[in-house]
Amino acid sequence: MYESLEEIIKQENVKGIAFWRLIQLDDCKERGVTEEQSFENMKSMYLAMKDSVRDYDPDIRSHSGLIGGEAAKLRKYINEKKLLSGDFIGEVMEKALMVAESNACMKRIVASPTAGSCGVVPAVLLTVQDRFRLSDEKMTEALYVVAGVGGVIAIRASLSGAEGGCQAEIGSASAMAAAGMCYLLGGSGEEIANAAALGLKNFLGLACDPVAGLVEIPCVKRNVCSAVNAVTCAEMTMAGIKSRIPADEVFDAMRSISRNMSDSIKETATGGLAVTPTGRKLTEKLKLSH
Amino acid sequence: MNIFDIVGPIMVGPSSSHTAGAVKIGNACHKLIGERIVKAAIMLHGSFLQTGEGHGTDKALVAGLMGFDVDDMRVPESFSIAKDSGLDFYFGSTDLGDVHPNSVKLQIEGESGRKLEIIASSIGAGRIRICEIDGITVNFSGEHPTLIVHNIDQPGHVAEVTSMLAHKSVNIATMQLYRKSRGGEAVMVLECDQEVPMESIKWLENLEGIIKVTYMSQE
Repeated sequence: MYESLEEIIKQENVKGIAFWRLIQLDDCKERGVTEEQSFENMKSMYLAMKDSVRDYDPDIRSHSGLIGGEAAKLRKYINEKKLLSGDFIGEVMEKALMVAESNACMKRIVASPTAGSCGVVPAVLLTVQDRFRLSDEKMTEALYVVAGVGGVIAIRASLSGAEGGCQAEIGSASAMAAAGMCYLLGGSGEEIANAAALGLKNFLGLACDPVAGLVEIPCVKRNVCSAVNAVTCAEMTMAGIKSRIPADEVFDAMRSISRNMSDSIKETATGGLAVTPTGRKLTEKLKLSH
Repeated sequence: MNIFDIVGPIMVGPSSSHTAGAVKIGNACHKLIGERIVKAAIMLHGSFLQTGEGHGTDKALVAGLMGFDVDDMRVPESFSIAKDSGLDFYFGSTDLGDVHPNSVKLQIEGESGRKLEIIASSIGAGRIRICEIDGITVNFSGEHPTLIVHNIDQPGHVAEVTSMLAHKSVNIATMQLYRKSRGGEAVMVLECDQEVPMESIKWLENLEGIIKVTYMSQE
């Protein structure tokens, strides 16, 4: 896998091979598969993301009983024409909730990059696909871009909440989704990297502080926020707004912030929201019910 | 790590480390013992013990022991499926000391009576590490075809194994050697790029000085 977005952009400019193709060719080399096999594998990830939205069930609840039905509430609000932020953002929010809720309820999702942040990439990509009526093949290309950006973050920093806090999951997911959307809007390699830089910058330092250690509170709603952030970062990029700090340096900044973060806000449920009076009360209640 | 660790896996939620990783650990045990598991003592450590139930870690481990994959929709119902299919399991708690917080010790028994004791950790993003087999420290991911040879610590066994692999055109990705004491029991762990033929494993098992051969196929 590539160690920097700079390297991918350089290869794109020198060899004239598209960003997504470079990631695909690297995968063929890494796993010893043909281009067709690699593409089919990636396409199956995209189709599984679509399934995870299609299979949403508003009536199921998570293990704790605290998660479920939120996407349906939002849908009702959208249908009442109350949403100020518009249909596009409304659909992004709705899908992010659908997938993140399904995850909390032990349904099938695609970890991208993690299960806790699984709603972000599908929410953004599926909504863009609907809007422009893009083919699943085009979406598969975007998913290579998403994976390529995530791969660089994994190498330079981390994608795990236990290691890097929530910035590593929700922040990385937002950077990846912003990059994927930017590609679909016709963005170049530089623009893809710019969208990723903007996407992650807004989440640097975010604590992983889940109540009772479960992938429920605040994880599900953070998926919505991360997906909407990705849209704004892709749009800012296409408007010509530049991140003054290059993407690779933003990833490095996340790594150094991770090192400075206390263990209490790295998925241990011993800090932040998890130890608020209400967080503690919910945790106690869950323990008693088992 | 490859790009399908970044986008993927397709899995049953809610947690890549506590659910998908747990299925993979169970599945690794299933592959390592190479037969249907009839008994399993599952001792949870650290975060697996503290928050495992809310993440379905217990159901995920049992699903994996039956050979289910991380995207199998039957994962949430694994307990009742295990009861129907004759897998007798129980859960306990343990303190494994200075290991990854998401760790578990499993004592399993296959239908032929073969036994195996494994300590494994879920190290994040659905990836796992096998840390101990039958009391001896090891370190492998379970992502490759893996050959584990317990032998007496004496000259020549590494050469026997590696020449056999060369002869069968199997490339070694990583290789580790461990021993309990000089001249005592030793273990070599070889992660390979290709599958090792069954007849070669049988051949190894019959060599003098080889105590036990365990093979984890990816097929």
